[in-house]
Amino acid sequence: MSKNVWVFCEQRDGEIQNVAIELLGVARELADKVNEKVVALLLGHNVTDKAKDLVAYGADEVRVVDDSRLNYFVTEYYAQAVTQVVKANDPNVVLFGATSIGRDLAPRLSARLHTGLTADCTKLEMDEEGNLFMTRPAFGGNLFATIICPEHRPQMSTVRPGVMKKPEYNTEHQGEIIMETVDFDDSKAVVKVVEEVRETKNVERIEDAKILVSCGRGVKDVAPAFDVAKKVKGTVSSSRSLVDAGIIEHARQVGQTGKTVRPEAYLAFGISGAIQHLAGMEESEYIIAVNTDVNAPIFKVANLGIVCDAGAVLKQLDKIL
Amino acid sequence: MKIIVCIKQVPNTTEIKIDPVKNTLIRDGVPSIINPDDKTAIEVALRLKEKHGAEVVVLTMGPMQAEKALREALAMGADQAYLLSDRAFAGSDTLATSTIIAAAVKKLGADLVLCGRQAIDGDTAQVGPQIAEHLDIPQITYAAAVDYDEERETIIVKRQFEDRYQTLEAKGLCLITVLSTLGTPRYMNVWDMVAQDEKEIGIITFADLDLDKANIGLGGSPTKVKSTATKQFDKTIETVELDPEAAARTIVDALKARHLI
Repeated sequence: MSKNVWVFCEQRDGEIQNVAIELLGVARELADKVNEKVVALLLGHNVTDKAKDLVAYGADEVRVVDDSRLNYFVTEYYAQAVTQVVKANDPNVVLFGATSIGRDLAPRLSARLHTGLTADCTKLEMDEEGNLFMTRPAFGGNLFATIICPEHRPQMSTVRPGVMKKPEYNTEHQGEIIMETVDFDDSKAVVKVVEEVRETKNVERIEDAKILVSCGRGVKDVAPAFDVAKKVKGTVSSSRSLVDAGIIEHARQVGQTGKTVRPEAYLAFGISGAIQHLAGMEESEYIIAVNTDVNAPIFKVANLGIVCDAGAVLKQLDKIL
Repeated sequence: MKIIVCIKQVPNTTEIKIDPVKNTLIRDGVPSIINPDDKTAIEVALRLKEKHGAEVVVLTMGPMQAEKALREALAMGADQAYLLSDRAFAGSDTLATSTIIAAAVKKLGADLVLCGRQAIDGDTAQVGPQIAEHLDIPQITYAAAVDYDEERETIIVKRQFEDRYQTLEAKGLCLITVLSTLGTPRYMNVWDMVAQDEKEIGIITFADLDLDKANIGLGGSPTKVKSTATKQFDKTIETVELDPEAAARTIVDALKARHLI
């Protein structure tokens, strides 16, 4: 019988990605529901020493495939490795981060394993029989659908970074580290990696910010927002409209087609709060909204709502901080 | 070189509204468009055609109305168009859809398959890689640039990640999913608009393909929609109307109270 909740733990240059840790958190909740194990699947080259961190984040078992073929992300090699380990162990659930790696690998695997895959889930729940309920936005976030995969195993889904909460790092937690060997078929891996180049963009990561000073259409001049962000040790983010207008770069966009954030304080200036935007920030600890329109939907998720001209408030904040 | 471009007709999601009583999408009056990433895939195919010579075939699955999307692709300069349409295909999830499209690609034959990265109605990005797996060919997703080296008969792709890129090379048949940032799709041109009128759109049905009913349609889909809901936001807070000075002061106080500044 299919058993256990598996997490594909994405690493880049040997660094475990945050989304993998977030997934271990939700995997713990799902596994506890049916008294099963959380299993971390770690693929890469010279990555075995990271396995103990995955245990500390809640994995009961870490299955490691350490091979030079997995040094760079190559779809075929990664697919071969996951397929072999999954087939030998028959997990009930496999979760992936909805990154440019997870969203490449997971659909390939779903076809290879002939099972269902649900993309970009925002909520995962499990019943006592081990059936997974996967809720995801559809039609640009206008609708939420709960998807099930009743007759195929493993049940697979991807979850976007920042959607689930990171569990605590607990060195007391015990887990087993198991080295797996995979029988690779090199003849299938015909795509050649000529080079891999890291892009060191000088953009602050909005997903790591404690305070976000977020601007929308109602902010005509974004310069004071950058000054305010600097003064509160925060970062500037934005809604889609300013990105489409070319005023703010895409890496700062919050929402359905941008990033999901959960800062300690989210300051929404001149953002009306389209559902696509709310989907990306509603989990913030504390939300302050400033907008001239008293009926703006952003006020429905705010903890503090101020009806005022957002640009003027930003200028004033810049002055008094 | 024969290039098959897989496209999808989608409702323009930015114009979708929800019926608050029935909890359903109001599609009336919402225009259907070629999915933006897919339109870029057509553009990439046409550029390869201009540079290296190629036959560009567009393929879509959907109801008969999807013909409009194919006509637009022809008017952009595609050579042939096929519509996969059959009641047996209805209700397919991504895996079942990819099974059907893969069977059609196999039947039509191709040297290169192009798709958009993802469609704006579902945002799953799954069908491309699933087609590639069914065809047992390599996939390259998130393509930010696509080139072809005639001498070496090699496709060269810049594969984009969040924090890096890879330059990848592939020989032989492969499937590439492209990002819409790769290139702005051209407009339909008068010449091709007239010419497309003369062209027939090939209809491909279940009977034309080597398919098992157990793997397609609603019944052949591993995933099922259990329920749908609109998002309810239930926080009801008082909004206060303040002048900019008082507003700024209130914000600073609130952040200080939470020890954030």
